[in-house]
Amino acid sequence: MAERRILNGNAAIAEAIRQINPDVVAAYPITPSTAIVEYIAKFVADGLMTTEFVTPESEHSAMSMCIGSSAAGARVFTATASQGLALMFEMLYIASSLRLPIVAGIANRALSAPINIHGDHSDTMGARDSGWIQIYSENSQEAYDNVIQAFRIGEHRDVSTPVMVGMDGFILSHAVQDMLVEEDDKVKAFVRERNPLYSILDVDNPITVGPIDFTDYYFEHKRSQFVGMENAPEVILEVAEEFKKEFGREYGFFELYKMDDAEVAIVLLGSTAGTAKEVVDELREKGRKVGLVKIRVYRPFPAKELADVLSNLKAVAALDRAASPGAVGGPLFTDLRASLYEYEKRPIIVDYIYGLGGRDIAPKHIAEVYERLEKIAATGERGELIGYINLRE
Amino acid sequence: MAIRARLKDLATLDDKFVSGHGLCPGCGIPLMLRMVLRATEHPIVAVNATGCLEVCSSGFPYTAWKIPWMHSAFENAGATAAGIEAAYKALKRRGKLPGGDKKIKIVAFGGDGGTYDIGLQSLSGAMERGHDIVYICYDNQSYANTGGQRSGATPYGASATTSPAGKKIPGKLQWRKNLTEIMAAHGIYAAQASVSHWKDLFMKAQKAIEIDGPAFINVLIPCPTEWKTKPEDGVQLAKIAVDSKVWPLYEVENGKYKINYYPKKEVDVVEWLKPQGRFAHMFRPGNEWMIEEYRKRVNEEWERLVRLTKL
Repeated sequence: MAERRILNGNAAIAEAIRQINPDVVAAYPITPSTAIVEYIAKFVADGLMTTEFVTPESEHSAMSMCIGSSAAGARVFTATASQGLALMFEMLYIASSLRLPIVAGIANRALSAPINIHGDHSDTMGARDSGWIQIYSENSQEAYDNVIQAFRIGEHRDVSTPVMVGMDGFILSHAVQDMLVEEDDKVKAFVRERNPLYSILDVDNPITVGPIDFTDYYFEHKRSQFVGMENAPEVILEVAEEFKKEFGREYGFFELYKMDDAEVAIVLLGSTAGTAKEVVDELREKGRKVGLVKIRVYRPFPAKELADVLSNLKAVAALDRAASPGAVGGPLFTDLRASLYEYEKRPIIVDYIYGLGGRDIAPKHIAEVYERLEKIAATGERGELIGYINLRE
Repeated sequence: MAIRARLKDLATLDDKFVSGHGLCPGCGIPLMLRMVLRATEHPIVAVNATGCLEVCSSGFPYTAWKIPWMHSAFENAGATAAGIEAAYKALKRRGKLPGGDKKIKIVAFGGDGGTYDIGLQSLSGAMERGHDIVYICYDNQSYANTGGQRSGATPYGASATTSPAGKKIPGKLQWRKNLTEIMAAHGIYAAQASVSHWKDLFMKAQKAIEIDGPAFINVLIPCPTEWKTKPEDGVQLAKIAVDSKVWPLYEVENGKYKINYYPKKEVDVVEWLKPQGRFAHMFRPGNEWMIEEYRKRVNEEWERLVRLTKL
């Protein structure tokens, strides 16, 4: 029987890792993901896991170790956040281009400077072109469920791509929530064993990993890397389907909340979805046709599927918890707007940057966005393309 | 049974690193490799930091490696090797090693740039954590792969492209970082060797590989390209480096320093400096003080090393 537990996001992810018991965990402490590593260390110390648990001297080395371990055919996990992910940046690209499945639990946190330990999406958004699959979570339950599914997705031979699972730092990593922890055996059975195509430890069949390409091969190798990402959507849905069958909870590329007859919608990722759902409920009670799209899978970006949902709306706001200075808008906004370009009928779309460095976003702020969207829908006049929520000017 | 350090025996063993690589004529790296890779009967998994060896041995679709070989980045050979070792332990314990249970040794190779400088942190971490890996620094005393920039291993006085001998500044004015002692300070087996003394190198490689835990060897590698010497003079120069006490052969085991070779006759540092174009400016009138300084420091370092052996 699944067990009802009160866990914060860090504990939820650690619990999934205890059950999965990967071959290798190599991770470095950083706020707010430190506790994931501490829980795992304690599980290993208490004999609840038989994982080879290693504490490298930096995140760069942690990811380098994960790469070496994954090339050996091991199932590998790490956890990090913010500056730690930024320090891994070089190795993120190498992990994905060597087609090495690795699962990373990320407690999303702002990037310095100024140094700030609180939640925003700058860290993983900075890595959005690194070739990793990116999955975001709304609460502890999703963080737990997403980590379990991430192993199956990344290790699938058609995908063979690393996966990062994000949850908002502090807001999720440190806030306890009521959730279900599935039975150990069921989780173990669900994730199966990793079945790698090659191993650097296969001394009878030696391989050369990470050679140098010149102008004659590099482009083809990069192109073939993208195939893993292109194959991911199908596998993500397959795994979600199986997960639903086994554990009952439903997942897709995104979650639609009261979108059936919506005329305006907010699109966002992460914990703010919880707040936004409350606001949608309140406004719906007043007869307003508002809806919410919570993106779960950000890379690969479900462009067509999202555009199919959004193209008939009158106005849409992207809520970006990360900035992209000098770009047309935040990362989510530019992806979303590009996705809608193919459609002749498409909504007016605006962007809001919010919550940087853990700045609060309250129901009233979200209600204000819906109000503006309704005004845009009524008048057809967009106004400012990019706005900021709860910011002192 | 350990392999005997006899050339006629070693010559009968298969090469694990084969011809076709693009290393420069006279480069000492292949000499070192052929010794190290023959030093054990156990299969070796090689890890390589970015650098001359990596670039010259792996140009896709070819490889000079007949054993498993992995490169991921410049500064992380220590961590990459540690990752493979962690996986080895886990997979062995869980009965999941490909091809069944067997003893495998993991040996990492990095140049001086990738070891003394950018890779020192990941190397130090891997050694501190006690991974069962051997790390071999092929020290050719500069960033040779990128065209001869100064590194923490570039000798005092040498002209490198980022420490050029100019009209005001006569080359590199800092002394070399003492990496071998830094590694010894980790409480591991640490040794210094040279391609000119193949038997000493072979024995040290054998010892390092057999040790159940981390080990480090720093090998002097002649680099005709960046030392500005004739390719055929490389091994001879490495020998002069040892005989002039510029590059002492020693090892540190269980905290105990041991000099493995005491030069039989006095060889002055000039014999080491003079044939190398990178030191040419030191022989110009007015720069005699540089040679004096070099000689003085080499002797001081040697005496300090001798004192360490008596502790």
